[in-house]
Amino acid sequence: METLKLTIDNKQVEVPKGTTINKAAKQLGIEIPTLCYMELHDLNIENNPAGCRICVVEVEKRRNLAPSCATRCEEGMVVKTHTTRVLNARRTVMEFILSDHPKDCLICAKSGNCDLQAMAHQLGIREIPGQEIAAMSTYKKDTSPSIIRNQDKCILCRRCEMMCNTVQTVGALSAVNRGFMATVAPAFEQNLEYSTCTYCGQCVAVCPTGALTEVDNTPDVLRALADPTKTVIVQTAPAVRAALGELFGMEPGTLVTGKMVTALRALGFDYVFDTDFAADLTIMEEGTELLDRLTRHLKGDKTARLPILTSCCPGWVNFFEEYFPDLKDVPSTSKSPQQMFGAIAKTYFADKIKVNRKDLVVVSIMPCLAKKYECQREEFSLDGNRDVDFSISTRELAAFIKQANIDLNNLEEGEFDAPLGESTGAGVIFGTTGGVIEAAVRTAYEVHTGKKLPKVDFNELRGLEGVRSATIDFDGLPINIGIAHGLGNARKLLNDVRSGKSKFHAIEVMACPGGCIGGGGQPLHHGNSEIIKARAAAIYAEDKKKPLRKSHENPFIIKLYEEFLGKPNSEKAHHLLHTKYFDKKKKIIVKQ
Amino acid sequence: MAKQKIQIIVCGGTSCNGNQSELLIDNLRLELEANALENDVRVIKSGCFGLCNLGPIVKIIPGDTIYTHVKPDDARDIVSEHVMKGRKVERLLFTDPVTKKVLATERELSSHKKQIRIVLRNCGIIDPENIDEAIAYNAYEALGKVLTEMKPPEVIKIVKDSGLRGRGGGGFPTGLKWEIAYKNKSDEKYVVCNADEGDPGAFMDRSVLEGDPHAVLEAMAICGYSIESHKGLIYIRAEYPLAVSRLKTAIQQAREYGLLGKNIMGTGFDFDIEIRYGAGAFVCGEETALIHSMEGLRGEPTVKPPFPAESGFRGKPTNVNNVETFACLSPIILKGAEWFASIGSIKSKGTKVFALAGKINNVGLIEVPMGTTLREVIFEIGGGIRYGKKFKAAQTGGPSGGCLTEKHLETPIDFDNLIAAGSMMGSGGLIVMDEDDCMVSVAKFFLDFTVEESCGKCAPCRIGNKRLHELLEHITKGKGTLADLDRLKNMSLVIKDTSLCGLGQSSPNPVLSTLENFREEYEAHVTIKKCPAGKCKDLMEYFIISANCVGCTACARVCPVGAITGERKEPHVINPNICIKCGSCMEKCKFDAIIIQ
Amino acid sequence: MKTIKSPAELQKRKAEILQRMNEKEKIRIRVHMGTSGQASGAKVIYDFLKLELEKRNIDAVVISTGDMGYSYAEPTMEVTLPGEAPVVFGNVDKLKADEIIEKYIKNGELVDGILPANYRVIN
Repeated sequence: METLKLTIDNKQVEVPKGTTINKAAKQLGIEIPTLCYMELHDLNIENNPAGCRICVVEVEKRRNLAPSCATRCEEGMVVKTHTTRVLNARRTVMEFILSDHPKDCLICAKSGNCDLQAMAHQLGIREIPGQEIAAMSTYKKDTSPSIIRNQDKCILCRRCEMMCNTVQTVGALSAVNRGFMATVAPAFEQNLEYSTCTYCGQCVAVCPTGALTEVDNTPDVLRALADPTKTVIVQTAPAVRAALGELFGMEPGTLVTGKMVTALRALGFDYVFDTDFAADLTIMEEGTELLDRLTRHLKGDKTARLPILTSCCPGWVNFFEEYFPDLKDVPSTSKSPQQMFGAIAKTYFADKIKVNRKDLVVVSIMPCLAKKYECQREEFSLDGNRDVDFSISTRELAAFIKQANIDLNNLEEGEFDAPLGESTGAGVIFGTTGGVIEAAVRTAYEVHTGKKLPKVDFNELRGLEGVRSATIDFDGLPINIGIAHGLGNARKLLNDVRSGKSKFHAIEVMACPGGCIGGGGQPLHHGNSEIIKARAAAIYAEDKKKPLRKSHENPFIIKLYEEFLGKPNSEKAHHLLHTKYFDKKKKIIVKQ
Repeated sequence: MAKQKIQIIVCGGTSCNGNQSELLIDNLRLELEANALENDVRVIKSGCFGLCNLGPIVKIIPGDTIYTHVKPDDARDIVSEHVMKGRKVERLLFTDPVTKKVLATERELSSHKKQIRIVLRNCGIIDPENIDEAIAYNAYEALGKVLTEMKPPEVIKIVKDSGLRGRGGGGFPTGLKWEIAYKNKSDEKYVVCNADEGDPGAFMDRSVLEGDPHAVLEAMAICGYSIESHKGLIYIRAEYPLAVSRLKTAIQQAREYGLLGKNIMGTGFDFDIEIRYGAGAFVCGEETALIHSMEGLRGEPTVKPPFPAESGFRGKPTNVNNVETFACLSPIILKGAEWFASIGSIKSKGTKVFALAGKINNVGLIEVPMGTTLREVIFEIGGGIRYGKKFKAAQTGGPSGGCLTEKHLETPIDFDNLIAAGSMMGSGGLIVMDEDDCMVSVAKFFLDFTVEESCGKCAPCRIGNKRLHELLEHITKGKGTLADLDRLKNMSLVIKDTSLCGLGQSSPNPVLSTLENFREEYEAHVTIKKCPAGKCKDLMEYFIISANCVGCTACARVCPVGAITGERKEPHVINPNICIKCGSCMEKCKFDAIIIQ
Repeated sequence: MKTIKSPAELQKRKAEILQRMNEKEKIRIRVHMGTSGQASGAKVIYDFLKLELEKRNIDAVVISTGDMGYSYAEPTMEVTLPGEAPVVFGNVDKLKADEIIEKYIKNGELVDGILPANYRVIN
């Protein structure tokens, strides 16, 4: 590799050609502050519009200051990162940014977790000269089922735009307006609800300030818990347990399953269940569907469309309904685990505890913001009563626990309640990219071949590469598996499906980079992809610990089919556990 | 046609006028009358001959004799000798001080004219919608020469040797730019013509495209050949409908003649040109923003490097040049690099077109060799300040430039001198201000423009310029302090130092240069709360000089807010707390009793 | 077709055009019709000249061109009488155009409002 030498703050450093000044400085242990810049190294995601100008440095022989995040090193360059000129410029620019930012930190959702606040603190800004005559740019507030936009707080770092366009290829958010009124918004500054937004929440996950936040549903949950006429049950998604601890000062990758259960019980939930149970159920339905389509396909049935696409990710469902409505009969019809749980809870379980579904409140704890929208979809309710009443994110749960004076660190390990709390390792790995398809393979293999799997771990399906593929030998029948995480990667696979070029039998798609562990409702990663890797490791560790690791071995699932559903893909199962998709292609009409 | 009568043309340009050319005309007429020649000889006043330092100028037809430094008393000799006897008045002829040769005709004197038309060579001469006319005036000859006689590096060498620098504002050496684009090998390359002229008051590119579109098309093809590109794009603002339509016609005609398209002039070289429209965003004059706009993306700049020559339109090597730069090219090819390099100053070669605007008599386009002084431009070619007022400052480089003052009048204008003087060449707008202009307001006016035109991508430009503008507003309202002047300066320097593109890097220039050159005017605004030019409304106070007031009550009657009181036949007074400074009273007062303080 | 197949052919074409332009000893009138000219009313002058020259039986070629840059004196027009140097007139309105036709075009008598070429040319 070609390298070059340069001097930063009087220290020599040798870096590969193409390295930015900022990264070269890091090698020397010099942390040049950045604001708009963000990098998720392992996921190949980088945002460097060089817009905030906080990271400027002095480069000898250069007329003006250079943004270190976007300026490539050159041979013999002499860089100074903390001269008077640099420090004065950095401070003045920060004062500019703050002068156009609301000062309501006390009541801001991002307070304490805000990159802008942290930078103001780091630079020691104590006053903003000229604030008294400074106009602020203000915009209308926008609330959607999942995401709240308050562009008054936008600092135009463009991270959300990069996520929405480059990574997710959703194209809901982009810069609009010019000059002082420039901001990021859906086309024509419409509300998010009328845009192509999939509610994946990746914009929220990367927003450095309080401009993009989730809709807070904890008051709804609190109200339900306080209502003596309601039985309130909760389900927790697999990715939550691998990340919740971070918000209580624990190392990324700390599993807090038991403590979380205890906390939820302490919050007053009547039953603490596990979405993993529903994940196992999903595998039963989806796996059966896969085998059915596969068998029909192999027999030459032209109506059996392959590949089958997973359907447990609501952001992904929104995406193909928007961009690939012509392929809406390709994904599995199985509902997502969240909605399967809701459907079973409000029928089978409600009957079991003899509670009317109207008096049973189902709450879900999700790493996801699209789940908020999903549980509000009309087809997932009966006479106006939702299968899942409220969905709150990992972040909201943490805030809720703190508000209730519970110290997660010092809690006993609790156990999920029966019957909807029992799960296998297959259900757990739903939380990371590749997990759903691995779980499906574990079951489908055994069902199809009638043989026991020689090894449960499918390492070929794991990893953080955006698009992965593997061929699994189903006892002589090669099954081609595709995996995509991040909607931009999904789009690539979908384009192949649309054009008939796809060689896959089954494809797993997760809207968020990394899968649910990198979801829009998770603790903020602040651009550190190590955190996401640690969460994935935790998920696989939990799987490994489980005595049962294949969905069809879950005794409660077996019992559910015996007592209630009959068999996978039965008529009853179809009615309760399957759904259909809609053409939601938006047509933007501009009035002339 | 009858035998041509004698006609005497007297220059009525501002400079000659100032040297009594009006009186000269009267004297000539009187002399003719005295000799009963008034019906046979006509005296005509004309516009400027461009020979201001030789004026007043008199030209006599037939014969095209030019008399220089003519005084009113010379009328007698002109009539008695030249008109009546057909003898030239030798003492009024111009003798070249160096060669000692007598230069008696306009043609012989033309080298003494300040302007040279290279870029504008065909503007107003040819019918831009008829390619034959362009061909008659040498169009495509240079292209033919390049395609048959030269290799790309040879063309690039000529451009380099000519010393041509980018006329869009930056002044980057054009030949070097081409060379970089040439050296970046790629299957596809693009030649882009930047016709996104956005400076307020500047219209040189428009005039070239409207008057001589083939000059640009030909040069783009030459550039295409030199950097091995086959595709040209002209990025032009949609608000230039006439230029667009003439360009379209010109492209069509050039294609029909085989001067664009496949196998140009049978040489096997392919080059075609397409037009792309801009929506009129100033920032799209910046080349990376321009390229993004052409790609259908938001018109905002990105960090350089990579430069367009490396990765430009659709990620391919792209050479972007301004209209005026292109318009210089074919003369360079035809007449040679040495010819071009012989015009202009040491580091800035050739000519520059300026759009004169503001408080100047001859508003319009001029083309002068680089190195012409500001005085020559304003007082000779531009005809001086309107209504004989005092020159105060000239803004070059549009809103991104700075102002030059009296002390810069002798400065030869070129790229480097302007930067040294705290301004810049820009695209060539030159706005002249007189004694009535408040420099704080002028800075505010230009900032108004940049605040409006910032794309909003980087924080210092988006927010900083707004804050600068607010502070200037604050000062013009009389609410500023001395400390605010330091803040103005610091903010300006930081915005320049940290902004992403040329727009933000230069937008505080008007503030810095006015602050530097007219500090006392700023200080008057913040200390004694007065606007010396009397422009800032909030700092004006209308006042009645009681000694002059006769108590006619006219002012009190016209005052819309009842701010003026006083008894009939007694001096009146204006209550400043009520006064809205509309100025009606002052207009009405017949006794000069009302003044602004 | 009229495609030019070599640089030599371009030269030939140029010579033909120049010959055509010169041989007809015609009066040539250029009305400067760039944006500045048109904004000041050059189109009116152009139409007026076309109409009036025909009416008055004067054989002249009237063409529209770009502006010369004399914004302060728009509309401007240029008259080239056969064998004479071109003369540019500024601030032309219909009255002035009429005067130019009657005096200069018909009799070679100059009128006020001449804008002498204040620049050097390169060709």
